[in-house]
Amino acid sequence: MSKLVLKNVAKRYGAFEAVANFSLELAKGEFVSLLGPSGCGKTTTLRMIAGFMPPTDGSIEMDGKQISSASGVVPPEHRRMSMIFQSYAIWPNMTVGENVGFGLQVRKLPRAEIDRRVDKILDVVQMRNLKGRYPAELSGGQQQRVALARAIVVEPEVLLLDEPLSNLDANLREEMRFEIRRLHDEFKITTVYVTHDQSEAMVTSDRIVVMNKGKIEQIDAPHVLYGRPKSRFVAGFIGRTNFIEGTLQGNEVRFDGFSASAAAVEGATGGGKLLYSLRPQAVALSAQKPGGAGLSFEAEIVDRSYLGEYWDYQVRPLGGSKPLRVSTAPTAVFEVGSRVWLEIAPSAMVRVE
Amino acid sequence: MSATAPAIDTMPVRPVRASRFDSTWLLWIAIIAVLLFLVVSPFVYLVITSFQTEGTGEFTFSNYATAYGRARYIDALFNSLKLGAASAALAGVFAVPLAWAVARTNMPGRGLTRMLVLATFITPPYTGAVAWILLAGPNAGWLNRFFMMVTGAEAGPFNIYSFTGLAVVIALYSFPYIFIFTTAALELVSSEMEDAANILGAGPWRTMRKVTLPLALPAILGGLIICFLEAIALFGSPAMIAIPARFNVVTTQLFQFFGNPVRVEVAAAYAMPLLGVTVLLVLVQRLIVRRKGFVALTGKGGERRPILLGHWRWVVFGYAMFVSALAVFLPYIFLIHSAFAKAWGRGFLLDNITIANFRFILFEHATAAQSVINSFVYAGISATIAVFLTLGVAYIVARKLIPFGGVLGFLCVAPFVIPGVVLAIGFYAAYAPPPLALYGTALILILAFTTRFLPVGYVNASAAINSLNPEMEEAVRVLGGSRLTALRRVVAPLLKRNLLGAWLLIFIPATRELSAAIFLYGPNTKVASVMIFDMSEEGNFERLAALALVLQVLTLPLLWLGQKALGRDFMLRRTAT
Repeated sequence: MSKLVLKNVAKRYGAFEAVANFSLELAKGEFVSLLGPSGCGKTTTLRMIAGFMPPTDGSIEMDGKQISSASGVVPPEHRRMSMIFQSYAIWPNMTVGENVGFGLQVRKLPRAEIDRRVDKILDVVQMRNLKGRYPAELSGGQQQRVALARAIVVEPEVLLLDEPLSNLDANLREEMRFEIRRLHDEFKITTVYVTHDQSEAMVTSDRIVVMNKGKIEQIDAPHVLYGRPKSRFVAGFIGRTNFIEGTLQGNEVRFDGFSASAAAVEGATGGGKLLYSLRPQAVALSAQKPGGAGLSFEAEIVDRSYLGEYWDYQVRPLGGSKPLRVSTAPTAVFEVGSRVWLEIAPSAMVRVE
Repeated sequence: MSATAPAIDTMPVRPVRASRFDSTWLLWIAIIAVLLFLVVSPFVYLVITSFQTEGTGEFTFSNYATAYGRARYIDALFNSLKLGAASAALAGVFAVPLAWAVARTNMPGRGLTRMLVLATFITPPYTGAVAWILLAGPNAGWLNRFFMMVTGAEAGPFNIYSFTGLAVVIALYSFPYIFIFTTAALELVSSEMEDAANILGAGPWRTMRKVTLPLALPAILGGLIICFLEAIALFGSPAMIAIPARFNVVTTQLFQFFGNPVRVEVAAAYAMPLLGVTVLLVLVQRLIVRRKGFVALTGKGGERRPILLGHWRWVVFGYAMFVSALAVFLPYIFLIHSAFAKAWGRGFLLDNITIANFRFILFEHATAAQSVINSFVYAGISATIAVFLTLGVAYIVARKLIPFGGVLGFLCVAPFVIPGVVLAIGFYAAYAPPPLALYGTALILILAFTTRFLPVGYVNASAAINSLNPEMEEAVRVLGGSRLTALRRVVAPLLKRNLLGAWLLIFIPATRELSAAIFLYGPNTKVASVMIFDMSEEGNFERLAALALVLQVLTLPLLWLGQKALGRDFMLRRTAT
């Protein structure tokens, strides 16, 4: 049985639809991210799951019991969930130990048991030595760890995270992504994670829900989202990509300056414009004509930038008008103005809506 | 999983829409009832009473005919307007250079100047008026005596008992309002804004004229309006100075309508222009201060480098000390002298020193000591009620717990536009007659003080609540605590300091309140301010000075407490006014 089920959940403010027809099932122990630009409805969805706001339509169930619908909600304090907030919401009037022990205190556990569990979880997040400190004396990363410990120590049915890393600096953010995933692997808590940062979502999640303007664009595992985006929005939001338009003419799809066999590229049916996404990493550059079975054609280097980890080339197919973006290894050096050969596996051309 | 949490089956499901009767509605009704009693009802009674015949209660316009039927009543109205304008302009002259110097320059003694402005701010206007009677009374005033001593002239040039004298005294004790507004605005003007003008070719003066001043202007105007309103609503200083100078202002005229026999109907009718002008100007002030383009309240203020004045800094410092001398040094020197003198006119002689005045007011006078106790008890109760009431309303409004919560917030700030004198007449009209018959009781004073200072409480409470991230409370709830647990364990501990601050900001001025108290006190409920006013009428300046000093000294520990809890400038912040 699914742990958490959202059925056609919607949230409207007057005519404005913040979340529309949102359906999602989480298996027990699954880690799912809600990913999208700001204003896409991801935080609204999370707050409906937490019980802070009622849905306008649809329902939310946990373990088969309805906990939210338009006619009634179980208040947050009775849901046995935990949440980590964007601001961490560490109570400045309590020490680290008191913050972490709060949820256990509310659950009326014996004093000794609270101490034992608090110490244990503080060991897990490596904060045991700071148990008596007040939050004002902690760094951002340490506060984040307190928030994690406070949320996990109560062994919640579902853990909710609302952009928990957005207030940290870049290095720490990267470290904490792995920390969050490590804690998930250790405790196997069903988790919903809201973020606008694609790499955060990809590192942490089993599945990612990409949202845009209140609607679900695609739900898939991170590598599927990247490799097989279903919509223009997803392809553009997750990683960088080239959008190329083609038209079907007989057995060939004609693109800007090159063409491919219709049998080799996916979804090459119907008339009108066909839109494809092509990742810059899926294109190979070489000085000589490649011998492989893939699609290959000649092109000119228009512009390039060196980013240390890779070269970013702008390459225009001979006879084409718009350049394509291509990433290569830092050792693959081509001068601007020189001719190169491009090689593309036809399966890397992904048809998007 | 722990077995301590309740099973999901037992989880209560709450209905979303509060269409049915809900306990939050009870709370709403209770708070509405209290606010109706404190704010709306006195106001409504004020209006109704102005149209009623004395005794019978029949509808009539005759009160208005009486109130505006004599030339000298009309003169009093215009005197008030003139007085307001003159005092506000003078206060601007005192305050703006000081504010600029303290906020933006390297003038020496900026901290000292701030402290002296604070000292001015906590001096009740009537205490200042008394001190200036000692300083600039015709002939006997110290300034005149020094002048005659130095020049050998027959008479001194100063006469406090004049329109000018009154305007100066009022300006001296209301300029801190402009100072507070202006420093707050200037502290938001970043040096980068001025740098931007400089780099485009504007010199320092042009920059000040085109950039700095326009940015601060709305705040200065806002402060001027507050000073104007303060001046026209003031009772103590005009009563001590204008009446001997043989002219009337609105408040003194109202007091005469309230004399024997009490003609509350005429007083109510006569209070209308004061109320109208106040409402209008407060609206104008809000418009000016909230206007778009006013100081960049958004984003980072950027760094603020002090403007280097060179040798001019000593000139500016001299001006600051001159204003301080007029408002603090001279008045307090001669108040202290009088308080310890057998007769204040005899001057600084050793055999003139005595502590008899203090002994008299503290132990021998029938009601003086009691009046101080009354002041502190009433102020304490009022501040406590106001703080908790406004905190409740601010919380309800900020967290949107009930529909139309904004109405409650509005009622809490509404008394800001009701001058103390007018409020007192409203309270008299509403609660002096049976069935409540509260006139002369402690309760009516406490309620009137509470109403008067509700806006201060609300502004502070709502600033405090809004500074709290709601996520702090949500974190409690998601971990299984109720809203009450969140209030008890998180909100209350975090707001302790703010609440103490709000309490002091109400308590301190409430201990000096005169303009409402003078209309509502009874034989057993005299407060210290009324006592001081009575003594000034008897010309008993030595004992009066002693009492005024006792009141000031008792305030010092509170001030210290506030500064400990909230920082040195807690009384000089924008939210304080």
